[in-house]
Amino acid sequence: MIKLNVNGRVHDIDVDGDTPLLWVLREQLGFTGTKYGCGVALCGACTVHVDGQPQRSCAIPASAVADAKIITIEGLSPDSSHPVQKAWLAHEVPQCGYCQSGQIMAAVALLAEKPKPTDEDIDQAMTNICRCGTYPRIRAAIHAAAGNSRA
Amino acid sequence: MGIVTKLSRRKFLVATATAGGGMALAWTVPGGILDALAQTTMPQPALGAEVGIWVVIHPDDTTVVRIARSEMGQGTLTGLAQLVAEDLECDWSKVQAEYIPPEVNLANKRAWGDMSTGGSRGIRTSVDYVRKGGAAARMMLVQAAATKLGVPAGELTAENSVVTHKASGRSLRYGELAEAAAKLEVPKDIPLKAEKDWKVIGKGVKRLDTVDKLNGKQIYAIDVILPDMLNAAIAQCPVFGGTLTSFDAEKIKGMKGVRHVLKVDDSTVAVVADTWWQAKTALDALPIVWNEGPHANVSSQSIAAFLKEGLDAKDAAAGHVIGDAPKAIAAAAKKVEGVYGTPFLNHATLEPMNCTAKVSAEGVEIWVASQNGDASLAAAAEAGGVPLSKVKVNKLHLGGGFGRRGMQDYTRQAVLIAKQVPGRPVKMIWSREEDMQHGFYRPITQAKLVGGLDAEGNLTGLHMRISGQSILASVAPSRVVNGLDRLHMQGLLDDEFGYMAIPNLLVDHAMRNTHVPVGFWRGVNHNQNAIYLECFMDELAHAAGKDPLEFRRKLLAKNPKHLAVLNAAAEKAEYGKPLPPGVHRGICQNYGFGSYTAAVAEVSVSDKGKLKIHRIVAATDCGYALNPDQIAAQVEGSFVYGLSALLYSENTVEKGRIVEGNFDTYEVMKIEDMPKVETVIVPSGGFWGGVGEPTIAVAAPAVLNAIFAATGKRIRTLPLKHHDLAKA
Repeated sequence: MIKLNVNGRVHDIDVDGDTPLLWVLREQLGFTGTKYGCGVALCGACTVHVDGQPQRSCAIPASAVADAKIITIEGLSPDSSHPVQKAWLAHEVPQCGYCQSGQIMAAVALLAEKPKPTDEDIDQAMTNICRCGTYPRIRAAIHAAAGNSRA
Repeated sequence: MGIVTKLSRRKFLVATATAGGGMALAWTVPGGILDALAQTTMPQPALGAEVGIWVVIHPDDTTVVRIARSEMGQGTLTGLAQLVAEDLECDWSKVQAEYIPPEVNLANKRAWGDMSTGGSRGIRTSVDYVRKGGAAARMMLVQAAATKLGVPAGELTAENSVVTHKASGRSLRYGELAEAAAKLEVPKDIPLKAEKDWKVIGKGVKRLDTVDKLNGKQIYAIDVILPDMLNAAIAQCPVFGGTLTSFDAEKIKGMKGVRHVLKVDDSTVAVVADTWWQAKTALDALPIVWNEGPHANVSSQSIAAFLKEGLDAKDAAAGHVIGDAPKAIAAAAKKVEGVYGTPFLNHATLEPMNCTAKVSAEGVEIWVASQNGDASLAAAAEAGGVPLSKVKVNKLHLGGGFGRRGMQDYTRQAVLIAKQVPGRPVKMIWSREEDMQHGFYRPITQAKLVGGLDAEGNLTGLHMRISGQSILASVAPSRVVNGLDRLHMQGLLDDEFGYMAIPNLLVDHAMRNTHVPVGFWRGVNHNQNAIYLECFMDELAHAAGKDPLEFRRKLLAKNPKHLAVLNAAAEKAEYGKPLPPGVHRGICQNYGFGSYTAAVAEVSVSDKGKLKIHRIVAATDCGYALNPDQIAAQVEGSFVYGLSALLYSENTVEKGRIVEGNFDTYEVMKIEDMPKVETVIVPSGGFWGGVGEPTIAVAAPAVLNAIFAATGKRIRTLPLKHHDLAKA
């Protein structure tokens, strides 16, 4: 039994402690917005916030985050109204959309740390893979969201 | 506005089929998907009235447009809805979309047409019948209004989901008319709106499918959760053509959650468990013995040698012949030669292959992300051993397709697993490594190009020999006639080839098939062929002492549309103007999937050899530009796909198997490498061209030609990561 605090609610979960957080989120808790892409922390599709930090949930054993506050894409805002989500909508960022949960979680964490990120900051923080090729719009949307938060 | 890719438990009343004339047949939509969709909070619309087969209109004017093709990010769903809406004259803000289930299409003699979504055909080959679907519905709504108002239909106008009788000032909303309209016969003579009256086509409407991709609610096939569902992980023989000898199930039977260890087919084993993570963990611990078969000694080196032999072999099949190229080259004042090569490439969709299947006494039901609903249905029927009529297909959103999800190997496997666990749905997910090492790769090819220049630097003859693997030889062998696979020479034949002013031309190919499975990789053979041809054009221009743009312009003289797009790219890039110190240009063009494309790349290379791509200008003539912002999105994405292949990606072979397993060795482009892309859309009208694929072909050659301009180094083999661009 593990206790996990996900999106503000504590869940008691009957699972082996070494099960990656990703699969606990997806299979035990039904938070399927967090995606499996590589399983070894390379692609970023599984990015969630652990105590405010962007983390790749496929490479974190569930037992290691038992005392942490975990936020998934489903917990980012009640109605898709987070400034980053609004910027993503305005810029029509997603194509297939599969990587976008992870992209958005990474972008939100970046903006929390650096409210006015430069292109270099974006290059360093946004290491998530998008195969459809939405990078130009991701960059534009992050800049727009940063502008909105200043306004 | 929203998207309902989620089917309600609606009856499809097919009032027409193709020539139904009012014969109504009822078909029930698969219900199981509702359980999967219960995970979403998207409200299901109430039942509406079917006006013709393409449109359902609700009392509140909500207009649901049916879509037969698959949405994988390319925007087809929104584009097709636009086309229906144009002739329907409905309020675009009320438009939603839903998929047609393949079994419903099949049972109605494919009334909704081809479901295959590849070759950038989603829009361009559906335009007429989709627009007619919208127009027919409008005519039926107008007729219903005429009856209600007691006036001739000719006195009515339809606009923005309202039918108006101007003379009397009366009007009725579509929502008020739909029920009566649905009872009318579908008209046979269906005129379409004139181009000058288009309101939706050519406008930058927003995509219908964005919101759920921003909050985790979009359900992809991998996200399906069904009651009593089990989960499966699979291992396939690492060497293509090898088989499964044995596995020791006893070793893992006690592991938590494990239910079954199964032989799936001759080369595949599966572990079925309560959760996928349990299945995967147990599979990793399962002792498996493979018979690696006859190809266990094949390597990238042996494949390269095999292809190299084909560059000069006598058994080549000619695809494009003008005059006598060998003779012209022999007589030329100057001869130029270049040998090029490109590797196998995995599609690497970010959502790995997966499929959920349930086999029961009623038949087979699958939940699948597919580029071809019809093919998924057929594969499920064959694997399940049931007639086509006993299969239900729930089409779910694709986490990337790029051609990979036209193949149905994963559908077949899921059904073969579920068959052994009857009555329970089983979700099979491939690991990334399984996905990387069991793809249908972009074919490996080499090309030898020889050109002859006269004393003035004019190209008098060109011979282009391609040696390598044919997709059709394995996928559609009947289309290979006398050793000629025309697809192998994509972009180089007939009207696709733009350099028709070359007086002597020979394009031929020597088929050299390996044991590695190949398939349709976004852009298909245009990608490799455009690299070979467009980089060699640069070599020829350089050897002739001419500007690469001017050199091309002359040879494109007989092909004004090719030329116009090249000029559009050059103009936007201010081709003649000097660039900042150290920045250099490359240019190229191509025609494919019904569209003309050209690109100019601006790059710099540091003394230490670090490449920076500063700017790309990409021009596209796709005839009519349905949704310019979505065309721009596809052009931008095409550079990510094409430049990933240029810079990093390759699949290599050792001991008969693919070496790369994950994104550490199969590298792809990230945001830090992304250049600025400026899209120039120059729609010349009169035709509908594809958009998702054509631009990929010009990505790599534009950059390679710019690298030559910057460094004097001619890179002829990909990926670039193996080359040192540092100053010698």
